[in-house]
Amino acid sequence: MLKISNLHAGIEDNEILKGIDLEVKAGEVHAIMGPNGSGKSTLASVIAGKEEYEITAGSVVLEGEDLEDASPEERAHKGIFLSFQYPVEIPGVSVTNFMKTAINEGRKAKGLEDMPAKDMLKMIREKAELLEIDRKFLSRSLNEGFSGGEKKRNEIFQMAMLEPKLAILDETDSGLDIDALRIVANGVNKLKSKDNAVIVITHYQRLLDYIVPDFVHVLHQGKIVKSGTKELAHELEEKGYDWIKQETAV
Amino acid sequence: MAYTEEELKKELETKEYEYGFYTDIESDTFPVGLNEEIVIAISKKKEEPEWMTQWRLEAFKAWKQMEEPEWANVKYKKPDFQAISYYSAPNSKPKYNSLDEVDPELLDTFKRLGISLDEQKKLAGVAVDIVMDSVSVATTFKKTLAEKGIIFCSISEAIKEHPELVKKYIGTVVPQKDNFYAALNSAVFSDGSFCYIPKGVRCPMELSTYFRINQAGTGQFERTLVIADEGSYVSYLEGCTAPSRDENQLHAAVVELIALDDAEIKYSTVQNWFPGDKEGKGGVFNFVTKRGICHKNSKISWTQVETGSAVTWKYPSCILKGDNSIGEFYSIAVTNNYQQADTGTKMIHLGKNTRSTIISKGISAGKSQNSYRGLVQVNSRAENARNFSQCDSLLMGNECGAHTFPYIEVKNKTAQIEHEATTSKIGEDQIFYCNQRGIDTEKAIALIVNGFSKEVLNKLPMEFAVEAQKLLEISLEGSVG
Ligand SMILES: Nc1ncnc2c1ncn2[C@@H]1O[C@H](COP(=O)(O)OP(=O)(O)OP(=O)(O)O)[C@@H](O)[C@H]1O
Ligand SMILES: [Mg+2]
Repeated sequence: MLKISNLHAGIEDNEILKGIDLEVKAGEVHAIMGPNGSGKSTLASVIAGKEEYEITAGSVVLEGEDLEDASPEERAHKGIFLSFQYPVEIPGVSVTNFMKTAINEGRKAKGLEDMPAKDMLKMIREKAELLEIDRKFLSRSLNEGFSGGEKKRNEIFQMAMLEPKLAILDETDSGLDIDALRIVANGVNKLKSKDNAVIVITHYQRLLDYIVPDFVHVLHQGKIVKSGTKELAHELEEKGYDWIKQETAV
Repeated sequence: MAYTEEELKKELETKEYEYGFYTDIESDTFPVGLNEEIVIAISKKKEEPEWMTQWRLEAFKAWKQMEEPEWANVKYKKPDFQAISYYSAPNSKPKYNSLDEVDPELLDTFKRLGISLDEQKKLAGVAVDIVMDSVSVATTFKKTLAEKGIIFCSISEAIKEHPELVKKYIGTVVPQKDNFYAALNSAVFSDGSFCYIPKGVRCPMELSTYFRINQAGTGQFERTLVIADEGSYVSYLEGCTAPSRDENQLHAAVVELIALDDAEIKYSTVQNWFPGDKEGKGGVFNFVTKRGICHKNSKISWTQVETGSAVTWKYPSCILKGDNSIGEFYSIAVTNNYQQADTGTKMIHLGKNTRSTIISKGISAGKSQNSYRGLVQVNSRAENARNFSQCDSLLMGNECGAHTFPYIEVKNKTAQIEHEATTSKIGEDQIFYCNQRGIDTEKAIALIVNGFSKEVLNKLPMEFAVEAQKLLEISLEGSVG
């Protein structure tokens, strides 16, 4: 589904990603871990097409198609979804109105008519139930005054609405209380199928107990320095990153 | 397409005026220049009674002694008042019984504006009195209104048919000598609308007027007078667009609202006059005096969406004379390219327990300057007056400006005044967030701007709100590839 080869990217003269290779197949869950500032969010943004970052080498290919020239919205239309580490506020725009616009823009790109209001409402109701979101919440301004956990849950609600092929969850677990973590993780698991894929960026094993990864990668100083199975995450939880840093230094 | 300040700037620059076309209708135009003879000629042309002619002449005398105001935060080349023609009327004088009789070119103009009469007629509950180049061309729904005793016609017609009402109220809220432009308007006003709602009557439909400026070299001086008698209610809509033009056009309207005891007037405006091109050339000068007076327990709400004009100078105000009266001002002002707007309101609290609310949303893009200027005045005998003001500014890019000039004059200790102001910027992160959800930059800006303006858009009548949203989009969107 997604194939990243020798990806170098950065901002101005500062190279942040220094040769990333990653292949994600349909039906898989990949976890990306790594110390603060190692480039995880940057990688997520680059996949989503944020043009602030300059790509100096390598490629990002989605289902055989090089994304080099695709705008962020085109990538979204092709099925890439990013659950932001820090979701932004859009005052005066309700969650419902925002989702309605997003869905209809996606349909427009595919040459479809707007989704009938009746279907939209039904879908909103179902997905809100899935994530145990109070419907009053949906009329509030997007992320404005939302608690940290509410923002994250709302990101996954949007993911549920947009039904992406490739979802990248950037520290979706941070800020969630124990119950919310379970609800959100269950939501993600219900949305998973053999046709889509998930990349989970996290610092903690906790989330991976619920969303069980097929592969775990460690990102350090802009490179994937170690890949393994879910056991690697347990090892990191126990030992921290020092041993990996030492290994790479050698 | 990613969004950077640079790109947004470009995008906004490429926006061209959508309604830039010019209708070539034969008209009957006065020679340029202004003197007593011209004032008298206008009055004659309109077959006005002698008192009206005298009233105009008084105004003209006052105007000659006055100077153009300079205090507003706007810069422009002063119009040459002797180079303007003060009267222009479409040649086809007679009123039409049906659309078939209307000049097809005029109908085409309306179609291009998206306000075809046909559609307007069908829009349930909307009576349209279209002012094309200063003279009413068509009036609809008159019968329904007449059954309730409501008078809705052009001011010229009102001067002839209802002189007692006009004579009693004209100039009582905005006196002839009020200010330079009001005096000029009083001397030369060509047409405008008149509306009277009798005691206890609730006007069953939104009354609406579309104004257009359409004659090369003619200034437009509209005069509107709305009187809501005791216990009555009316919602009045005013909207306008103008063709793309090279030289500056002066527009100096006067609107007077009178809400008698227990009456309510809701006055909504969507204004989209030619703002000038992206170099700041051309565009309408909009120097308007709008004021309403509230008697006991009455209420006046001004709601405006201003996207057009090169220079705007406009402060719809309320004189809260009666006890327990309420004044409201809800405004969205958008400026782009080289547009300059100095708008706001005055709330004058004279009566006891008077309340006022001011919500102003300014959106600036390009190299434009957007100023809010508001006065809240509480007089010594206005016990328990209350005001709440909120002024929010949204900036796009680094070359525009937003300014807030709140003036508060309180002479009564029981007054409660609250003022809040915020300034924000559309962020790249907001745009990227929308992009990531599949919403392109153009649509994202529209969404963010609509969200920002929501409190005011919500105050507009439904059919107008849709149009206003479209206007906001047109004013701020570019041709994003
Ligand atoms: N827009 C930017 N401008 C300047 N530096 C940036 C920018 N984006 C990222 N960086 C730098 O690149 C590095 C990687 O940042 P990134 O946000 O990708 O880290 P991360 O792995 O997601 O960290 P965390 O675990 O703290 O979320 C950091 O040193 C960061 O300061
Ligand atoms: Mg991060």
